[in-house]
Amino acid sequence: MPYRIQLMVCGGTDCIANRSLEFRDALQKELAKRGLGEEIQVVSTGCNGFCGVGPVMVVQPDGIFYQRLTPKDVPLLVEEHFIKGKPVKKLMHVPPGTDAPVPKMMDIPFFSRQTLVALRNRGLLDPEKIDEYLAGDGYVALKKALTQMTPEEILDEVKISGLRGRGGAGFPTAVKWEAVRAAEGEPKYLICNGMDRSILETDPHSVIEGMLIGARAMGARWGVVYIRNEYPLASKRIHLAIDQARERGFLGENILASGFSFDLSVSQGAGAFICGEATSVVEVVEGKMGEPRARPPHLAEKGLWGKPTCLSNVETWANVPPIISRGGKWLAQIGTEKSKGTKIFSLVGKLKNTGQIEMPLGVTLREIVYEVGGGIPDDKEFKAVQIGGTTGGIIPSELIDTPVDFENLAMVGSMMGSGTVVVMDEDACMVDVARSCLSFAQDESCGKCTPCREGTKLMLDTLTRITEGHGTMEDLESLEAVAKIVAETSLCGLGTTAPNPVLTTLRYFRDEYIRHIEAHKCPAHACRQLNTYRIDPEICVQRGHGCGVCRRECPEKAIIGEKNQPHRIDVNLCSKCGTCLDVCHFHAVTVE
Amino acid sequence: MQLETVERIIQQHHAEKSALIAMLQDVQNEFSYLPQDVLKHISRTVGVPLSRTYSLATFYSSFSLKPKGRHPIGVCLGNACQVKGAGKIIEKFERQLNIKCGCTTPDLNFGLQATRCVGYCGLAPVVTVGRDLHSKVTLNKVGQILKQYSKEAAPVKG
Repeated sequence: MPYRIQLMVCGGTDCIANRSLEFRDALQKELAKRGLGEEIQVVSTGCNGFCGVGPVMVVQPDGIFYQRLTPKDVPLLVEEHFIKGKPVKKLMHVPPGTDAPVPKMMDIPFFSRQTLVALRNRGLLDPEKIDEYLAGDGYVALKKALTQMTPEEILDEVKISGLRGRGGAGFPTAVKWEAVRAAEGEPKYLICNGMDRSILETDPHSVIEGMLIGARAMGARWGVVYIRNEYPLASKRIHLAIDQARERGFLGENILASGFSFDLSVSQGAGAFICGEATSVVEVVEGKMGEPRARPPHLAEKGLWGKPTCLSNVETWANVPPIISRGGKWLAQIGTEKSKGTKIFSLVGKLKNTGQIEMPLGVTLREIVYEVGGGIPDDKEFKAVQIGGTTGGIIPSELIDTPVDFENLAMVGSMMGSGTVVVMDEDACMVDVARSCLSFAQDESCGKCTPCREGTKLMLDTLTRITEGHGTMEDLESLEAVAKIVAETSLCGLGTTAPNPVLTTLRYFRDEYIRHIEAHKCPAHACRQLNTYRIDPEICVQRGHGCGVCRRECPEKAIIGEKNQPHRIDVNLCSKCGTCLDVCHFHAVTVE
Repeated sequence: MQLETVERIIQQHHAEKSALIAMLQDVQNEFSYLPQDVLKHISRTVGVPLSRTYSLATFYSSFSLKPKGRHPIGVCLGNACQVKGAGKIIEKFERQLNIKCGCTTPDLNFGLQATRCVGYCGLAPVVTVGRDLHSKVTLNKVGQILKQYSKEAAPVKG
C-alpha cells in the first residue's frame, strides 16, 4: 500500500445529510495544497454506525476516531495530526458521563461492545469499488462454495450455524433453503428484501455474495434485490455493485468457470410499509399492488411468478459468506442457545448515542440502552423502549434486563421485527404512543383482510377518545378484546403485530390509561387536549421582561400582554397546541 | 411534449407489465404527479386495464393524482421522529404555508405531506424537501427551510 495514512470519511446517508461530502472535498483540497496527496488517501466509506455524532472519520492504520467534522476543522486537522503527528483532542469523542476524549475508535464503548458479522466491512471500504471488497476476503466464500463444496455441504454449514431469518420472524434459514431446494418447478428465484438500507449502502457485495452462495445451494438461476424507494443511495450502490460483479464474472453465465450461472436485477418499491411483508414483496416485484397473499402455499412452493422462491432479508444474506468461509460452528458460538449470531439494531429516540449497532443476540436491553446508547440525555428518567418497529411491543423500564433474542422478546409481548430500538423517557405518554403506533398501522393497512382493516381503525378511534379525555373503563376491555382478535385472525404480519403496542401498554402501563379515563389527566403532559397552559406572571416579567415571543408565535392569537408586562393566555381561544411552552426561553409557561 | 416524455419512459422499461410501478415512478418524478391522460396512455401502450394502473397509482404513497408542488415537503411522522416532536413541526409548516397537510400551495411552490418512517431515525426529526434531507429539525428551522426553497426559482415542469 503506497499510502502512509488512510482517512475513512463516512459517506453514509446520515453523514451526507450532515454535509460529510463537503468536509471530504475540503480535506482533499487541503491535502493536495500541502503536498500530501501522494501520502494520504481519502476514502468515502459506507455508514460507520455512529450517526448521532456525524460526520465522522476514522484515521487508519491507527484507528483514531473524529466526530462532528466541518470544513472549518480541516486546516487544524491537517496541520496538527497529519503534519505534526499530534491527534486533535477537541474533535474526538467524549463518552457520556466522562470528561476525557477517547482517541481510538475501538476504545469507545459505543464500538467496543459490538460484534460485527453482517457489518464486518463497515467503514473499512469504499462500497462503490469492488476492488476494495476483493482486497479483503471478498468473494472468497463464493470461490470455496463453488469449487470445494457440494450444495448439500453448503446447506449443512448453514444448518450448523443456526442462522435464523433476520427480517423479524426468525425462521430457520436452513429449513427454508431445504424447502426451496426440494420444491418442484423451474426456474427457482431468490429475493433479497431490502427494507433496511445499512448493508446495501455499506457493503453491497456481501449481499450479492450471500445470494450467490444461496443460489448454488438451492439451485436458483435468478435473483431480485427489492429496495424501498426512500433509499436512493442504497439503490445506487447495489446497482453499481451488480454491474461491477457482472464485469468481473461473479454474476452471469458460468461463474468462475464452475458451470454455475446466476444473475441479479433490482426492483424498486413505491412507498408502502406493507411491502416489507414477504408475499407483498413478491407482488411488487411482479408489478402489482403490494397486497399480501394467503399462505399456504408458501413462497418456497409458489413464489415469484408461481415458482419456488426464497425470500430473505438483506441482513440474512450478508451473514452467509462468513458462515461459509469461517464455518457454521463459528457463528453458532455467538448468541444464545436458540438465537445464534448477531443482530443489527437501529438505536434511536431519547438516547445520548444514536446510530446503528450490531450486537450478539441475547444482549440485555440494559447493555443496549446504557452501555452502547450512553443512557438518557437531559437528566430525564428512562421510561420504556419499543423494539421491533412501529408494531413492536413497548417494554417498561422494569424489564430492562430482558435478553434480546427471539424467544425472550416474544415472552414480554414484543418482537425482533425490524430491530429498531426506540427509547422513550418520562415525557412520553404510553397511551399517546400506542395511539400514534395504531394511527400508523391503520394508515398502512392494505385493506385486504377485515380484521386488520376494521380492527386497527376501531382501536385507533378508542385510543384517540381516551387521549382526548372521553374514554370509559369499558373501552379498556373492548380494546383488549379487539386487539386479541386482530392479532389472531389477520392475514399477514402487519395485522398480527399491529396490536402489540396496545396490548403491551395495557399490560405494563394500565394505570396511565386509568388516569386518562378517570382523572382526565395525562401524567406525561403529552395528550394536549388534557393539558392546561399557564404563564407565570412573575417569571414572565422578571426574567423575560414580557418579551412577547409567545404572543407573536401563538397561532390562535390567544396570548394577551404588552412589552414589560405579564402575558396571559385566554383559555377560550387557546387550542392547547403547546407552542408557547416550546418558544418561551424563560420557562415562564407551565403545563398542568 | 408531455406524451413524448412518457413514450420515452415506457420504452426505457421495454413496455413490460412488470415494470409498471417503475414507469409510474419515473412519470411522478418528471411531472410531480400522475396526469390522467398519461395513465390512460401507459395502460393502452403496455396493455393492462386502466383499473390496474389506477389501483397502483392510488395504493402507493409516492404517487399522487394531484400536482405535489415544485418542492414537496415531507415531514416524517415515524415513531422516532414523533417522539422527538415531529407533530409540532408539521403544524408549524401548516401555519407558515397556510395550507393543510396533504395540500399544495396555490402557487404550486410547496406541497406538504406527512410521511411514514423514511428510515433516518438517527437524525430525527427529519423533513424531506424533494430529494433533500433536513435532519434534527427544530421549530426555528421551519422558517429557514421554507426561505431556502422560496428563493430557488425552479422551472415549472410539465
